Amino acid sequence: MLSRVAERIYWAARYLERVENTARLVNVYTSLLMDLPKDIDISWFNLVMLNSSIEDYENRYTVRDERNVVKFLLADDTNPNSMLSSLSYVRENLRTTRDVMPEGVWELINELSLFASQDIQQGLNRSKRHEFLQQIINHCQLIQGHLSTTMPQDAAWEMWCLGGNLERADMATRLLDAGATAVADSNELGDDISQRRVHLTVWANVLHSSSAHHAYRRAVSAGIKGRKVVDFLLRDERFPRSVAFCLASMSNSVRRLPKSRTVIMALNKISTTTAHKPELSNLSTDLRDYLNDLQLYIANLHSLFSETWFALD
Amino acid sequence: MSINWKGYDPQLFYDELISSPGYPRLPAKHLTSYLQSLDHQELRHRQQMADVAIQEMGITFTVYTEEGNIDRSWPFDIIPRVISAKQWQKMERGLIQRLTALNLFIDDLYHDQRILKDAVVPREILAQSKNFLPQCCGVSPAHGVWAHICGTDLVRDSDGEFYVLEDNLRVPSGVSYMLENRSITKRVLPELFENDQILPVDDYPERLFDTLAALAPECEQPEIVVLTPGIYNAAYFEHAFLAQRMGVELVEGSDLVIGDDGYVYMRTIDGLARVDVIYRRIDDLFLDPDVFNKDSVLGVRGLMQAWQQGKVALANAPGAGVADDKVIYAYVPAIIRYYLGEDPIIPNVETFLCSDSSQQAYVLKNLDKLVVKPANESGGYGMLVGPHSTKKQQAEFARLIKANPRNYIAQPTLNLSTAPTLVGSDQPEPRHLDLRPFILQAKDSYVTTGGLTRVAMKQGSLVVNSSQGGGSKDTWIVDTEAR
Repeated sequence: MLSRVAERIYWAARYLERVENTARLVNVYTSLLMDLPKDIDISWFNLVMLNSSIEDYENRYTVRDERNVVKFLLADDTNPNSMLSSLSYVRENLRTTRDVMPEGVWELINELSLFASQDIQQGLNRSKRHEFLQQIINHCQLIQGHLSTTMPQDAAWEMWCLGGNLERADMATRLLDAGATAVADSNELGDDISQRRVHLTVWANVLHSSSAHHAYRRAVSAGIKGRKVVDFLLRDERFPRSVAFCLASMSNSVRRLPKSRTVIMALNKISTTTAHKPELSNLSTDLRDYLNDLQLYIANLHSLFSETWFALD
Repeated sequence: MSINWKGYDPQLFYDELISSPGYPRLPAKHLTSYLQSLDHQELRHRQQMADVAIQEMGITFTVYTEEGNIDRSWPFDIIPRVISAKQWQKMERGLIQRLTALNLFIDDLYHDQRILKDAVVPREILAQSKNFLPQCCGVSPAHGVWAHICGTDLVRDSDGEFYVLEDNLRVPSGVSYMLENRSITKRVLPELFENDQILPVDDYPERLFDTLAALAPECEQPEIVVLTPGIYNAAYFEHAFLAQRMGVELVEGSDLVIGDDGYVYMRTIDGLARVDVIYRRIDDLFLDPDVFNKDSVLGVRGLMQAWQQGKVALANAPGAGVADDKVIYAYVPAIIRYYLGEDPIIPNVETFLCSDSSQQAYVLKNLDKLVVKPANESGGYGMLVGPHSTKKQQAEFARLIKANPRNYIAQPTLNLSTAPTLVGSDQPEPRHLDLRPFILQAKDSYVTTGGLTRVAMKQGSLVVNSSQGGGSKDTWIVDTEAR
């Protein structure tokens, strides 16, 4: 397959994953905030930090409230990471790879794009937000399902999987990072009881954001404890959104692609790192340093993909 | 309330569906009575269904404007245009006859030039042709065929006869819209396919693939690619569509490179992979910056040489455009007689050559009645439509013609046929249309079943180009004898 086409499919998968993750995050936050005691302040702005979009946000908005953050994350076309921006990149990448993707995908992405842009107002108002975002999520999964049942498992498919898994692994580290930040913030609260309450809410929230709540409950025979949640999302071998699982899936894809020696070596190196439980004396600064390293590894993986398969010269 | 066909009056024009108010033509009988069975609300609903389907199927074309390129939804009218199968069989024979003769003509021009020596076509016409490429002389493409994919524009005059308006032998587009129009109609008027024997159109991609495969230089499973200028091209939708339907790669110039052995390769994740046949959708002059336009970033350096040496096949072959010049057009009936010894099955529109002084004098005297066209433009640009023009425009064209007579031809204004079209009102109105069938030629020849019908949406307008507000219709070839 053409290098240029490989790159576009890889990015289409990344952006589609981003669309779904963004919808999921906003959805989870919306329902979380309804449950929280009023004296605990988990800020909407966490979602902006999580996407490393602070600068873009501050160029556009001064107030860090729900209305602005949700608009920025879902609808803002000046935010390259917003849901609608990501969706338009998915469409653009699929438009330029129609010759290798299954026919039906093109129509599905058009339907999703039309629906999202026509009904975006519903995502901004709280009253219909859940229904709107749920439909977006469902539609993303419809596309994934369509591909997994109709697409030949050739190089194009492996590129699609690589993009999706890399984005998913990256997202898992970001969600954990957001958890660590919230925990650090809560340490300024005076009494132990409210600290513990916040921790519980934070880590439950992290699990919900990655649709991992149920899986965690079944896999871990304990309540929601910070270290166990971190361990689950980093190292569980069976949960499809954990970092370890995504890395293993990438390994499988990479082995089926040509010229993959360097990439396999890099993947092995990260997998060895994540295989060991990290030595963390606390779940704020230590965890954040650890996640930071992991994110750098992942970014490096992307550069390796690019050098190996996408570079035209 | 529903459609009242008695109130539909095509007047002087030949109407494709209705012969006179209240009386449908035979192949359109079921269609018109079915449409009448729908009330206005239902009819509007069907048109809306079509508009939504077009958005969901992502059928677009690109319009170039001063503010940038806009992707517009494909304009489509749900009432099909109908032609009887018997009449179409004759058109197929005529179109194949015409393209066969044109290919013999092109091959002759790049070799012995017998037709010039025999003075059937004057030599000076060739000398002044922008599309004659000296680099092609002596090259012998497979099967002697240069124009493998041809889009011929047909119009029907008030006498009910089809005429050839022009041949497009370079990179004709529109065939994907023909196929998509049918799939939309199947969605919005499914009931009609039960009763009428409507001949299918969807074997085109298969036939195109076979045509391209037949050009491959000595190999079993040739690697075929579609070469596009990229997403900013007006027909990008079609390039991607055809590549997908044929199951071949869609490449851009930057994906291709000429290897040390002179063959063409594409850059893949495995490294370089050889390419045998290129269905190129970029113009001759952008194909190879070494030979033609030096600034072209769309083409591939060294591609012309690879083609000249027979290391890659190009469809259409470079230089094929020499025969779709509008001045050459006037000679096509003579070309058919010269090479095939047959009379043309489909007539030309009467054409006046401004390069001929007596014909030029006639043209200048009758600018208010004629259509004047530049010899080498396409897309309906740079034309003068006499009856719809101002004195000032006529004076401007008189000046242009005198300055460069070789560059202009003139034709009588035809009374283009009409078909009932929904233009916002509940009652259909007659609108003018044309027809572009596509003809494939390599070892064998093939004509699409019908073609792309384009319709001028404004009352009285003859401009059918989608870039200038034209719409389109599904085209049905109906077999009235099959029951």
